This record gives sequence, structure tokens and C-alpha cells, in this order.
Amino acid sequence: MRSLVATTVLAATAAAGSGAERPIDAARLERLVRHDCGSCHGMTLKGGLGTPLTPDALSHTDAGLLTGIILDGIPGTPMPPWRPLLSAAEARWIANYLLEGGTE
Amino acid sequence: MSPAAPGRGGAAPVARCATPPEYFEKDEGPGTGRLHLSRNTPAGGVRQLLLMVALVICAALAGGARAQATGGLGLVVERADGALVVVDHTRREAIGRIEGLGDLSHASLVYSPDERFAYVFGRDGGLTKVDILARAVVGRVMQAGNSIGGAISDDGRYVAVSNYEPGGVRVFDADTLEMVADIPTGSKTVGLVDIPGTRFVFSLWDRGETWIADLSAETPEITRIAGMGANPYDALVTANGRTYIAGLFGADHLSALDLWQDDPRPRPILPGYADGREGLPVYKMPHLEGWALAGREFALPAMGQHEVLWVDARTLKETGRTPTHGQPVFAMARPDGRHVWVNFAHPKNDTIQVIDTLTKRVVHEFKPGPGVLHMEFTPRGHEVWLSVRDADKVMVYDTETFEKLGEIDARSPSGIFFTARAHRTGL
Repeated sequence: MRSLVATTVLAATAAAGSGAERPIDAARLERLVRHDCGSCHGMTLKGGLGTPLTPDALSHTDAGLLTGIILDGIPGTPMPPWRPLLSAAEARWIANYLLEGGTE
Repeated sequence: MSPAAPGRGGAAPVARCATPPEYFEKDEGPGTGRLHLSRNTPAGGVRQLLLMVALVICAALAGGARAQATGGLGLVVERADGALVVVDHTRREAIGRIEGLGDLSHASLVYSPDERFAYVFGRDGGLTKVDILARAVVGRVMQAGNSIGGAISDDGRYVAVSNYEPGGVRVFDADTLEMVADIPTGSKTVGLVDIPGTRFVFSLWDRGETWIADLSAETPEITRIAGMGANPYDALVTANGRTYIAGLFGADHLSALDLWQDDPRPRPILPGYADGREGLPVYKMPHLEGWALAGREFALPAMGQHEVLWVDARTLKETGRTPTHGQPVFAMARPDGRHVWVNFAHPKNDTIQVIDTLTKRVVHEFKPGPGVLHMEFTPRGHEVWLSVRDADKVMVYDTETFEKLGEIDARSPSGIFFTARAHRTGL
């Protein structure tokens, strides 16, 4: 349900990026968050080498900032830029998903 | 007391419990060359006592254990389910499952010297002891908030766990899982390995140091080695326990220590290997494991470059580079060293490349399926098992012909660990 809401919101926010024309595939992105973000942040997103990505841990940030970090990474840290693999809309979907605690 | 306790060192009697315990009954006397448990006992009464002990063990394990030696077995981590699949690599099949291990989303394990118990290090800080024969959890402690791996001492007495949260290393009694030492480091710890002399070696992500913890005496003795380089992310030790190599995230080289020296000093290897080249995004950190030695050279995954780096094991000088399909995660030498198998980070993690050690060229490339996370060779290397996460399969290949020999169902499989690791330093 949450995914549906997020998808609807995002449909209105057109964005440039590597997969701009690709429709949001919530199941694929959810899997990516759990398994691929999870390889550093933990599959349950409670942290690992990377920081925790639970809503509590992200309470100081917002979707815009988080989307930027996902797309461009944090230089000097292991957080890589995902722009080569994700569209801005997909990054935004992931940001919202994390802030809403989608994996809980 | 756990049901496993009577079996310490007792894999052979247990394995025999469903068949006639012939070596308790026949006495062919000394010099027959026959493996003979009662060889050093005065015979008679003691043999009877041993038989009784064996029967007690069989009774204790009734319903769980089967007649089974453990030398051909292994465990496969089901990362999403907190479970382990017990496998028999000699028959290429799953023979059981153990559940209830908590968060295994990043998990590794080590084996007791008798290959009966495994100590599993979970992401959630859980240290779980499982009995492979009984297919059961026989001990579990939540020892930290978030852990990354562990090791078992050469004598099998201690299990050490390396923690991200709260950092540091904790050491446990392998029998009881009681904590025997707490080593705070003020840093996330990585690259924890065992070396001879009841010692453990590990590195500090936040401080660029490597510490040696000596547990041979009553109180652990710590040796701190500074100047390893920025952000060590993992490390390996050679099978002889001499060379410790730490990979660095924050520097353009790796660092090596000669642990045979009284005062080991870090030595940069492959300095500036990415000089003048753009660092490529790393979507999964490489892993370093004690399978790096291929012939006389180490094969090491580069960081931020799509290549495997070759280093002479004696001089630590670069001997070559092999361009690869993506960011290498594991570069694992087949046990004979003739080939090196490489898997890759997301989004290229559907592919395996095999590199010839002599020519350093890729001689085989194939796509087992989506999400190839780990590889494990059979002890002599004739077959390799691959965990293919998103296919929910473990696949078995012939390492000479590259022919697929079989597959085993496992849900989101990650690490594969065969019991032969019990007898290797650094694994």
C-alpha cells in the first residue's frame, strides 16, 4: 500500500536520470534496498559498515537530501553514487521508502 | 548443559552409533595397523566404558543425529531466513536444515577442530553454536549489537567475534560460549583471523591499526600496530599464519605484515595501483580470504577498479593485473592454485570469471544466475559450489570442464562453508 502511494506521488515528479523512462518497479527497488544497499547497511537496514537506515536513524534528514545522497554518494566514504544505475525518480522512491520504514 | 557436551571430540563414536561399533569389540592387538580407539587402554573394562559413553551419546542425540561422518559436510547460510542448510559435498545434496539463528544477512562461520560444531557470526551480534550431527542450535549468545565475522583459535578453545557496534573484539569459551575476554578498540573491527600461538589478528576501520591478541596466557596480551593505512575494510592471513594483508578503502594500496617478526611493521603493497585513474563506484566491498595464494603469487581484488591484482608472495612486488568484468568481490584461488575464480559486485553479480594463474588471462566466463554471492571449493578443488542468491539455488560445477554437475535448493543462499576449513589457519 505504501509503495502504491509513493509510486503515485512519484509519477508526478518527472526526473532526469539513467532510467528516466523506466516505470517504477517497486518490487525490484525493494529487493535492491534489502540486498544491495543491505550489503553495507544490513539487510534489515540496522547498519553494518554503513550507517543504519531506519526511520529513527534518518530522522534528521528529508527525502530531498536523501535522494541526493543516493544519486551522488558521499565522497570520501564508501557510499557510492547510484546515478549510473538508478533514475532520480527511483532514488526518490527509495528515499521515501526508507523514511517511511518500508522494510520494517 | 547442552546435549552436545558429551560429544566433544567424539564425532567418530557418534558416527558409528547406528552401525555395529566394531572397533570396540574386535581386538586384533597392537601392530595390526588398524585404527583402534582402545589402543592405549588396558582393554576390557575401559572398552566397555567407552561403549557405554558412545551409547549415552547416541541416546542424547536420538531423533537428531544420524550415522554420519562430518568430513564431507558443509553449511550454507540462508541469509533471509536465519537458517543453515546442512550439505554433503561428496554427494552434492542437502541433508538437513538448522533454524533459529537470528539475522544472518551478513554471516560467516568457523568450525571446531573435530568438524562437529560450527560457530556462526550473525549480523545482529548473535554468536550461535550449532551441532552439525544433531542439526541443532546448542548455544547462542547475543554478544554485541552488530558483528561482522569471527575466528576460532588454533587449539579450538576460543572463538573471537569482530564487532561493528559497539566495536572491538570479544572472545568466548568454545565449549560454553562464556565470554573470556573483551577487547574494546574504539573502532569498528574487521579482518579478524586466527594465527598459531592461540592468537588472533584484526584491524580497526576507524583508526588504521592492526592488533594482535595473544590468548595463550591467563590475561590476553595485545600488540598494537599503527600505520596500516586509512580504513582497512577486510584482511586475510596466509595458511602458514605468516603474512597478514589488509585491504584499504581510504588509500591507494594494501598493507602487509610479516607476523613472524617480533615487531611487525606495515609494508605498503601495490602502492598507487589506481594512480591517475578514476575510482569507479564500489557497490559491494570486496572480501579478502585466505584463498588468495595462487602458486607463488597473491591474487587480490582491486578497490574501485575492475581488475584483479597480482603480487609476488615473497617480495610483495606487483607481478601483473587482470582486467575483469566488474568490481571483484571474491578472488579465490582453487586449492591447487592453478586457477583463480572471481565474482563481482552489483550490478554485475550474475557472472563468474576464471583466471589462469600462469597467463593471468581470463580463460572462462559464465553466468550461473542472478546474485552470485559466494564460492566454496571442495577441499581438493575438483568441484566448486556457488551460491546464486536470486535463483534460490546453490550450483555445483566441475572446475576443470566447467560443466554444471548439479544444484541444491536454498533460500537466498550466501556463504558456503565446508568443514575442511576446520583444519586451515585463517579460515
